[in-house]
Order: sequence, then structure tokens, then C-alpha cells
Amino acid sequence: MNLTPSLEMVKATHTGMVRSHNEDSITTDPQIGLAVLADGMGGYNAGEVASGIATALISSETREALARHVPHELDKSSGSPLATRLLREIIARANTSIFQSANSQPQYAGMGTTLVVTLLCNNQITVAHIGDSRCYRFRGDKLQQITRDHSLLQEQIDSGLLTKEAAKRSQNKNLVTRALGIEPEVEAEIRTYPAQTGDIYLLCSDGLNDMVEDEDIEMTLAAIGNNLPLAADQLVQMANDNGGRDNVSVVLIRVKKDFPADDGLWAKLLSWFK
Amino acid sequence: MAKLILSLDSQVIKEFTLTKERSTIGRKPHNDIQIDNLAVSGEHAIIMTILNDSFLEDLGSTNGTLVNGQPVKKHFLQNNDVVEIGKYKLKYVSETAAAMSQAEFEKTMVLRAPAAGTKAETKAPAEGQNNVQAAKLSDTVINAQAAPAVAEASNPAPSPVAAAPAATAMPGGQGIIQILSGPNAGKELPLLKALTTLGKPGVQVAVIAKRPHGYFITHVEGANFPVVNGKALDAQAHQLNDHDIIELAGVKMEFFLKS
Repeated sequence: MNLTPSLEMVKATHTGMVRSHNEDSITTDPQIGLAVLADGMGGYNAGEVASGIATALISSETREALARHVPHELDKSSGSPLATRLLREIIARANTSIFQSANSQPQYAGMGTTLVVTLLCNNQITVAHIGDSRCYRFRGDKLQQITRDHSLLQEQIDSGLLTKEAAKRSQNKNLVTRALGIEPEVEAEIRTYPAQTGDIYLLCSDGLNDMVEDEDIEMTLAAIGNNLPLAADQLVQMANDNGGRDNVSVVLIRVKKDFPADDGLWAKLLSWFK
Repeated sequence: MAKLILSLDSQVIKEFTLTKERSTIGRKPHNDIQIDNLAVSGEHAIIMTILNDSFLEDLGSTNGTLVNGQPVKKHFLQNNDVVEIGKYKLKYVSETAAAMSQAEFEKTMVLRAPAAGTKAETKAPAEGQNNVQAAKLSDTVINAQAAPAVAEASNPAPSPVAAAPAATAMPGGQGIIQILSGPNAGKELPLLKALTTLGKPGVQVAVIAKRPHGYFITHVEGANFPVVNGKALDAQAHQLNDHDIIELAGVKMEFFLKS
């Protein structure tokens, strides 16, 4: 089923004002409702390699898996939508692939990447993430972060050592506690939420949320969210205007209308009359 | 690594490097930082250090602890903070804070969950300064899973990062839109926010972005594009100059700068 009529997806990425190259990688596929954003790390160009493997492999494998499976059906063993299991398996394979490249080729030693993936189907959004790349939901003029960073800072906030405000002044910003491709196995955090018409989902690398306050992201989506490509460019521009210390990448997904899965003839008939 | 410089009446007495996760300050000899003066409590305060961040906590001392002149219980130390205990001063100097201005330092690294012991390992890119950082990290004994349970540190200092774009003073003056035609003619709209939208939603909307080097107008929605000084814009952002005339959704307005 083609989701293009229901979903608008735009992406923007920029090296920033300081770094010499862009280690972020993003892909979107509105037909199958998939968006992948990865923020690579590792010396020389290994970061790009890791994030590139992650986005390429996850998008091609998801496309293949969706041709064979119906993602909104419930997985009999876990009771959660099949999309969760598919993403978990695909991310595990991407992890293995990056880990093996890192271990077999010395120039890629130690490379890894953070990851955020969204898969939309049957009026739901499944979000998987590892590390400090984020997914936000903008609904009814309010921006809400729906992923929780796997980072030292987030753990310190959770334990009460730091407030969110104090965390902005921390010197330990750059430490993630989970990443793809660093160890033989990694656990992605995967959750499914109901999606509504009018929702805008934002996927971003830390180059955005470290440089632009959540309030300013919210204000941007409220002001010019009707023009998604412009909003994406504006977010990147704000990060750069504030210093652009890191690569900055954003994906914006708008739910234009609902996208129920067609469960046979009756559903098709109903959707005619909508 | 961060250090504390102990001084009395502007005379430097000693320097202490914060190598331990917990450094104690007090009058008694077992303290890491001993200040042998009766105004100082036996166990006066501790400093907790987690990688590059340090937190000061007063241990209920008789005469209290000041940071930059303010009494504190718990405090997230910032570079150049001055801690006062009795007549003694301890200046907090964080070398990483100085080095942090070099953005390469901020490259993301993985803090691996400690497997056997409590040592944090990092996978750092093999580039100059990051090596220094990595070495420091692996020296530091920390346990990411069990961050010490000190209640939140309060700190009134303003955030130095990601200052809201709206807060910056604009070169050339504050941009203002004055409506020239229609029912609101004569009204002035100061462009205070990072983004100001103009027009009628669903008909024609444009946005003016306030950026460090000026104001830029861009088309947002509608079949017609805004007209500036008689010329229709394309999809690109267009920088506004003093006294530009904008036509949008049938309304004429003037952009000007007020210093």
C-alpha cells in the first residue's frame, strides 16, 4: 500500500559551521512510511560510513520486509505490532554489519552511529532509537519529545543530579550510552503511538537540539509548519545561526490524512466514501 | 582536568586537582583539601566530579559555603566560580571548559556500560584532542548506571549555549513592519521574534526570519508570492533593506530599521 497521499516527508542536512564533513545520514521513503536518521561517529570518514550503512541497510531491508509482511498485524509471540519485531531484527542486522566492518577494517575501527527510525502504518507510528538522535511530535501547537536519549546526561537528569536547565551547561554533552555498531549486540528502544491527521514528526540529530531550544523549534513549526520544506530549512538555518557546532539533520513528516491499512474489500469500500 | 586554587587575601596557597570522584574539604587532616582554620568545619563540603562536570555540596557546615558571594547548599560548578569558605577562597578552573570552545572536542563518543568493574570506556575517534579526552575519561572511575544520588544542583547562572535568536541585538537596528493600507493602516509590528508570519492563513502567508545578519522574507503558502518594491519574490529567502515596500495578501506594508 502506497502511503504517499497521506504522508509528506522532507529532509535537510548540513555540515554546520565548524565541522569539516557531514557524518549524518538520512533517508525517507514516504511510500512505505519510513524515515531513518543516523549520526555517525568515528575518526576520519568512519562516522559517515557507519551512518551510511545504517540508513541504506535499514531502508532496503524494511522495504523488503514490508513486501512480505503486514506490519500492523499483531505479532503472536509478543502481542505488539509486527512492525516492532521487524524493526528490531533489521536494526540488529545493521548493528552486526557495522560492527563487523569496524572490526575487519582498521580505518573503521571504533565507528558507530546513533539512530532514529520511524515507520508509519495503519494510523500508527513506530519509533525506534539508539543514542541521542531524537524524535519529536508536534500536535496542536505543542512540541513533545517522544524519544529519551541514551546518554550520560539523560541518566543524570533521571537520577535527579541535574535539572534540564543545568544540563545545558554540562561539559558531558557528547557521551552516549548506546550506539549502533559499537558492540556485538545492541538493544533499540521501540515504541508505537497512535498518529493523528495534522501531526508533524521531527527526527533530528543532536546538532539541532543542542543549538536550538525546543521552544524555538516549536515556534518554527507553529509559524511555518504549513510549508514543510521551508520549515526544515529554517530549523537547519537556526542551528547554524546559533553557531552550527555540529552537523545538523532534520526529517519532517506530516500526516496529511489518516492512513488505515486496507483489510480487504469492506475497508476499501469504506475508504471510497470518505 | 579541573582544579581548585586555594587562596587567602589574594595570596595563592595551593592548587588541588580534582582527580577523585569525591573530594572532601574541611579542617580535619583526613580531608583531601584541608583548610586548617577554626572558621572551617571538620567536614565542611565535598566536590563530586563526574567526567568533566563537578558539583559542590555543603555538608551542613557551621559557617556555610559561598559561591560567587551567594550561599549555596548544592552547586553545579562552572569555570572560574569562586568558592568561599571562611576567609579562604577556592577558585574552580576547568580546563575542559576552556578547551570546549574548540568544537572538535564535542564529537559524540560512546560511554560503554561498565561490564565488569566501574570503569567507563570510550570509543574515541583517533584524532589529536579526542585522544586527550579519551585518556581522561578512562582514568575517571565512574559508573554511568549509578550516578550518585545527590539531589539536583541549583545554579542561577544563565545558559551560555543556544541563546535564543530573539535575544540578540540586531546590527542596523530593530526591524519594524508598518502597515500602509487596509483597515490596520498605520499600525506598527516590531519584529522581535526569530520568526514573524504575515498574511492570511489559507490565502497568502509569508514569514520574516530575524537572523544575526539581518531580516529575510520568505514565501510560506498561497498561490501568489509576496511582492517587494514592485517585484514578486521566488521561493528563495530575500533580505529586507530599510524602507522596502512589501505587498502581501492585498496589503501594503513598509519594512524599516529603528536604531
